[in-house]
Amino acid sequence: MAKFNLNINGKERELDVDPTTPMLWVLRDHIKLVGTKYGCGIAQCGACTVHLDGNAVRSCQLPISSVGDKEITTIEGLSEKGDHPVQQAWLEVDVPQCGYCQAGQIMTASALLEKNPNPSDEEIETAMNGNICRCGTYTRIKKAVKIAANSINA
Amino acid sequence: MTLIKTKIGRRSFIRTSTLASGGLVLGFNWLASCKNKTEEEILAMPKEWFEMNSYLKIGDNGVVTITTPNPEFGQNIRTSMPMIVAEELGVDWKNVIVEQAPYHAEKYGMQFTGGSRGIMTRWEPLRMAGASARHVLIAAAAQAWQVPANEITTEDGMLYHKATEKSAGYGEMASAAAQITIPEDITLKDVKDFKIIGTSHKNVDAKSIITGEPMFGMDYQKEGMLIAMIVHPPAFGMTLKSMDAEAAKAMSGIKDVVAIKSFKDDYEKGGFDVNAFPEIVAVVGNSTWEVLQAKKKLNVEWQPFDSYTETINGFRGKQTRNVPSGLESSNSHEAKMAELAAKPGKIVRTDGNPKAAFKNAAKIIERSYSAPFLAHNCMEPLNAFAHVEGDKAQIAAPVQIPSLILPTLASSLGISAENIAMEMPRMGGGFGRKAYAHYVVEAAMISQKVKAPVKLVYTREDDMTNGIYRPSYHATYRAALDENNNLTALHVKAGGVPESPLFANRFPAGAIDNYMAEEWAIDSNITIGAFRAPRSNFMAGAEQSFLDEIAEASGKDPIQFRLDLLNRAKENPVGERNDYDAERYAGVLELLREKSDWSATPTNINRGISAYFCHNSYAAHVLDIRMDDGKPVVEKVVCAIDCGIVVNPDAAINMAEGAITDGIGNAFFGELPFIDGMPQKTNFHEYQMIRINDAPKEIEVHFVENEIPPTGMGEPPFPPIFGAVANALYKATGQRHYQQPFVTEKQIVG
Ligand code: FES
Ligand code: FES
Repeated sequence: MAKFNLNINGKERELDVDPTTPMLWVLRDHIKLVGTKYGCGIAQCGACTVHLDGNAVRSCQLPISSVGDKEITTIEGLSEKGDHPVQQAWLEVDVPQCGYCQAGQIMTASALLEKNPNPSDEEIETAMNGNICRCGTYTRIKKAVKIAANSINA
Repeated sequence: MTLIKTKIGRRSFIRTSTLASGGLVLGFNWLASCKNKTEEEILAMPKEWFEMNSYLKIGDNGVVTITTPNPEFGQNIRTSMPMIVAEELGVDWKNVIVEQAPYHAEKYGMQFTGGSRGIMTRWEPLRMAGASARHVLIAAAAQAWQVPANEITTEDGMLYHKATEKSAGYGEMASAAAQITIPEDITLKDVKDFKIIGTSHKNVDAKSIITGEPMFGMDYQKEGMLIAMIVHPPAFGMTLKSMDAEAAKAMSGIKDVVAIKSFKDDYEKGGFDVNAFPEIVAVVGNSTWEVLQAKKKLNVEWQPFDSYTETINGFRGKQTRNVPSGLESSNSHEAKMAELAAKPGKIVRTDGNPKAAFKNAAKIIERSYSAPFLAHNCMEPLNAFAHVEGDKAQIAAPVQIPSLILPTLASSLGISAENIAMEMPRMGGGFGRKAYAHYVVEAAMISQKVKAPVKLVYTREDDMTNGIYRPSYHATYRAALDENNNLTALHVKAGGVPESPLFANRFPAGAIDNYMAEEWAIDSNITIGAFRAPRSNFMAGAEQSFLDEIAEASGKDPIQFRLDLLNRAKENPVGERNDYDAERYAGVLELLREKSDWSATPTNINRGISAYFCHNSYAAHVLDIRMDDGKPVVEKVVCAIDCGIVVNPDAAINMAEGAITDGIGNAFFGELPFIDGMPQKTNFHEYQMIRINDAPKEIEVHFVENEIPPTGMGEPPFPPIFGAVANALYKATGQRHYQQPFVTEKQIVG
């Protein structure tokens, strides 16, 4: 066990956990922020995607000991009222089916648009390729990313 | 207008209490659903609720709570089911709050999510729930205003009496309405007057999903809850021999390690009581990470189990299942399947004289198709929360058929079914897998043993290697053609490990004078079960690929070839047991031909067509493939569906898009091979799932417009996609594809 001070969604959190614990389980089990999902645990599905200083990372591969004072943003902290342009686009297109993968999809898409506000179809595919959706909502995801890009650029 | 008897659904109309005054105690689900609403809407919450029937409550200010009976796994019934109630009630959708029912058989009947039966089976009861509430509201207004009830009209939650210029909101009449007896007969709206049904309404849960609110079984939390994980045999055909848990128990945060036998030895299993491993081990601790570490320290010895026979009392009555001993491999399955395919099977249907027709044929075409086991791979791995205290149990778990796991829970826990309360949180996908709820029993038994609330979580590896898989299948088709290339006979022989996929009475049965269907099966200890459109998901691909080949051999356009057969089945059907409607089947093909602009294939595009009937609905696709450096790219899929009335069109389109994409993924890549009983894929680095770059660039979905009561939607568009992929790949590569998956190193495309 070791003590950590984390910055999660703009709030300071003090924790005492095994330093090898991945952020995914720190968030879900210890902080009770369960919007970040477990899908594979081996960096293959993207369900656990969060932002680390604005970059999309797989929280299942991110030991708490490696976070330091970097800022972590989860789906719960992406926007205050659920109105980030990507979230709004997701509502407009009504993307989700079961919804389990969608937090990860949205975190990947929002990090992409932060870096590249005007991605081509190919760039969207490359960025989103690490996020699996068993329900098969990919055509809607692509549409929503484009709508979000347009609203960011407007 | 349709007059229906409320008696049919009498049991669903039980009022839990007659509420003259005083609000109801509202549960967790209600609060959760409030979060979907804006602040203003929450402020507009009523002070009192009045219960109209088990499906709906009306607040004093006209806000309506509609209880949705079936568990949700992504098909959006939490929106479309309440829409049906709201339609007949005649309220403004903006004033509706959706609440998830807990398991309650007396109020809600079979809360079954599966078999594409949700909307179909709830259509009448839900309409009745809305219509009967509207009826008592009108009766209450008639009493209050002293006017005849038949002069009262309703619109958007308001009651009007034109002659006296009286009006009132539903909320004002709700208290009096709650006292009025529901009549014997209820008049339903005319389909033409629908305002909500048939118009797209957004997913009521979308906001919660995109903000990451706790809603899935996996998200369930309770004070003092422990985490449990399983350790199961590495191979099918094995069970627990012994374990040494000392090292694991000594790990930080670990509470206990227990052995679990989900079913009592003498328990008569139902059709969904499937479980691969008779006895497994569970590690229980404070947190997921600690339990994961302890799992690795566990020393367990496994041993092969002996073969056994069991009786299953399922939907099809009592059946015997032989479970052989031994460690099975895909290679030997394939060899055995080829062997049985070459022998006579069990004849299920014969029309005319197929033997003679084949003898007299000018040409015989024979082709065999096969497909491997598939894992469900729901994005949410299996999980269940359970808290067993003495003779009571509380369960919250993603389950498709809560009613069927209840007796098993009662038997395994030794407590009565009435003392088990079950909540049904949203499922992160189901696809059939969550109909087999052994994991709920495991969670409950663990909780009973460790005397604490427990959430059992399967790792992805546990989920993939402790499966209830889509079986491995094989089908051989033979066609006899005369000298004019007319199809004179068709023979299908199908089988699988461990069940046959055959539907003997489906198209093209009924369209061919001489027809024969045979089947066979091979026993196995690899557990199998429903997987999105069971059996159809293989047969459609095989049948539609074969028909494509016959159409080509006959020199006919593949759509016209099918339409000619359907015309025969319509005009002069062969046999009496054909289980499809040839006219509706032809209808989707005609719609598809028009919408896909079938006669004008774009350049560099290779088109495959396929159609199928299952789960009471008809679906057909045209799939366009472009080859890019030897790799197939799906440019576009055009889909036509006849599922009767479409309740929520955009949600139905979403589901069809999902079925198409999921189908392409499984057709291209899906397979779970076995060696010595061991699944050869354990996680997504090995099991290839379709990702965004392989998904179709564009999907277009069209519905046949009619006034037929709604039928299945979640499954029907899935099976035919396999045939559309195979037929488009043939056009693209010149090679027919007979073995699934189609895009592997074994079968280089192009
Ligand atoms: S859970 Fe982290 S990538 Fe799948
Ligand atoms: S919406 Fe179900 S996995 Fe993506």
